Amino acid sequence: MSIVLERLRERFPAEVVSTHSDFGDDTALVRRERIVEILAFLRDDPELRFDFAMDLTGVDYLGEEPRFEVVYHLYSLEKKRRVRIKARLPEDDPVIDTAVPVWPGIDWYEREAWDMYGIVFRGHPNLKRILMYEAFEGHPLRKDYPKAKRQPTIGPEE
Amino acid sequence: MAEPVEITANVGTPDLQAEPMLINIGPSHPATHATLRFRATLDGETILDLVPEFGYLHRGFEKESEAATWTQVVPYTDRLNYVSPLMNNVGYAMAVEKLCGIEITERCKYVRVIISELSRIIDHMVCVGTNMVDLGALTNFWYFWKPREEVYFLIEELCGQRLTTSYTRIGGAMADLPEGWTDRVLAVCRGVIPECIADVNALLTKNRIFIERTMGVGPISAKDAVSLGFTGPCLRAAGVPLDLRKDEPYLVYDRFDFDVCIGEAGDTCDRYLVRMEEMRQSLRIIEQAVAQLPGGPINIDDPRFILPGKPQVYENIEALMNHFKFIMEGVKVPAGEVYSATEAANGELGFYIVSRGGGGPYKIKVRPPCFPLFQGIPHLVKGQMIADLIATLGSVNIIAGELDR
Repeated sequence: MSIVLERLRERFPAEVVSTHSDFGDDTALVRRERIVEILAFLRDDPELRFDFAMDLTGVDYLGEEPRFEVVYHLYSLEKKRRVRIKARLPEDDPVIDTAVPVWPGIDWYEREAWDMYGIVFRGHPNLKRILMYEAFEGHPLRKDYPKAKRQPTIGPEE
Repeated sequence: MAEPVEITANVGTPDLQAEPMLINIGPSHPATHATLRFRATLDGETILDLVPEFGYLHRGFEKESEAATWTQVVPYTDRLNYVSPLMNNVGYAMAVEKLCGIEITERCKYVRVIISELSRIIDHMVCVGTNMVDLGALTNFWYFWKPREEVYFLIEELCGQRLTTSYTRIGGAMADLPEGWTDRVLAVCRGVIPECIADVNALLTKNRIFIERTMGVGPISAKDAVSLGFTGPCLRAAGVPLDLRKDEPYLVYDRFDFDVCIGEAGDTCDRYLVRMEEMRQSLRIIEQAVAQLPGGPINIDDPRFILPGKPQVYENIEALMNHFKFIMEGVKVPAGEVYSATEAANGELGFYIVSRGGGGPYKIKVRPPCFPLFQGIPHLVKGQMIADLIATLGSVNIIAGELDR
C-alpha cells in the first residue's frame, strides 16, 4: 500500500472503508461524517501536504445503495503525489460537509456538484446553481434525468 | 474543525461619500471575448466587489458523453478549449488509454508532443494578442495572427480541419503524419514564429505604456494561487514552478531539454512574460521532438482497439463485422476509474473517467484549467480599477468552451 493510504488508515482506522491503487491512482473510500477532518489532515500532515484540491465531482450510481458518490482529487505540490478520496451518500440524504474552509478554491466545484447532482454541501457559503439557471428544475447529470428533456430557457434571476 | 486558509483579500473601501454603483459587464461584451458575465460593485472606478457568472455556453458535454461511445467523445473534446483543440484530444485519449492499459507507440508519443506544443504556441498567441487588443495595442494581435495561420495550415494538413481536429484515437491517431509534414513544421518553427515573437517582444516588453498598464495589475501571491487551485501560466507567474511536463512527465517529455519559466508578482505583466517564454520553450521542444521522431507505425497493433484497414473491410467479412461492431458498439474498455492530467496551455487539464465495462463511458468529468482561474478573478481585481479588470481577464485567458462544457 502506498504511504498516503497507509497514513490515512493509521490516522482514521474507523473512517476508511476501503482503499485501492488500481491503474496507479491511490484511492480511498471514506465515511462522510468526518470528511472535513480527513481532508484537513491530508492537507496539513507534514508527510502528505495535499495543498491542491484539483477536482471535485459527483457520480450517480443509480440502482446502488448508497446512490451518490463525491470524489475529491488532491495533489501535493511538495511530494508530487496524487490521491483520490471518495465518500458515498444515500439518495434520501445526499449531504456532506463543505470543504471550503480547507481549500477556498473548492467552492465552485461544490456548487457544480450541487447543480449537476443535487448533492448538498453543508455549511457552503453560497450553494447556488452555477452552470444552469436558478429556475432550472432537477439535476441534469443524474442518471434518471432524460438527456433529451427540454426546459424553457430563461435568464438568471437577480 | 479544519483551520481555514487565510486569503488576503484586497477589499476596497469607498473613498467618496456616495452609494456604490452596480454595473453589469457581459454576457455579450467585446472585452469578455466569450459569453461571461460580471456584476461589479463600483465606487467611482474602484472595484469593491465582483461576482462572475457563466454557463451561457453550457452544452452538456458530460451528459452527452455518457450516451456516446469512447471514440465518439473525441469530437466533443475539440469543443472544450477550442483555441488548442489538439491538446484536449491528447488529454482525453491518454485518460482512456490509461484505463485500457495501452502503451502507445513511440512514434505516436512524439507526434502527440509535437501537436501539443504547436497548440500551446497558438493558444498563448491568442491569449497575448487579444489581451493586448483590449489594452489598445492592436498591432501585436496581427503580428501573432500570421504565425497562428501558418500553424493552422499545418493542422489542416494533418487532420483535414483547422478547429475541430478530432485527431487522436484510442491507441493512436486518426492517420500518420503527411509526407514532408515535419519539414514544414520546422520551417514554420524556425522561419515564422521566432520572428513574430521577437516583433511583439520588441513592441511590448520594454514599452513604458505597456509596463505601466500591466505591472501590479491583478496580482496574486503564490500561497493564494495554490489554495485557489490555479495551475498553468497563471500559477507559474505567481512563482510556483508547477509544470506537469516536468513534475509528472507523460508521453516523452522527460527526454527533452526545456525550462519551466516562473514570474514573481503573479500580475498581468508576469503572466505575459511567462507566456512569451513558454512559446520559446515550446519551440525548443518541437525542434528536439522532430529530430528524435522515430519511424514505425503510429497506431498500436491490437485489433481490440484499432479499426481494421479499409482494404480488409471491403474484402473480408470478419473485418467488416469488426468494423461495424467498433462503430456501433465502441471499443471495449475495462471497468474502473482513472484520473489523468496533462499540462494544457492554460494549466492542468484533467479527465476523471468511470467505466463499467462496455463501449461507452459511465461518467466523464473534465477538470478545465479555466474553472479555478475564473473563480479567482474577483480575488485578483478587488480594490483595483474597472479598466484593470479588462487587462486581468485577458491575461488569465478564460475559454468559455472548457469553462462551461
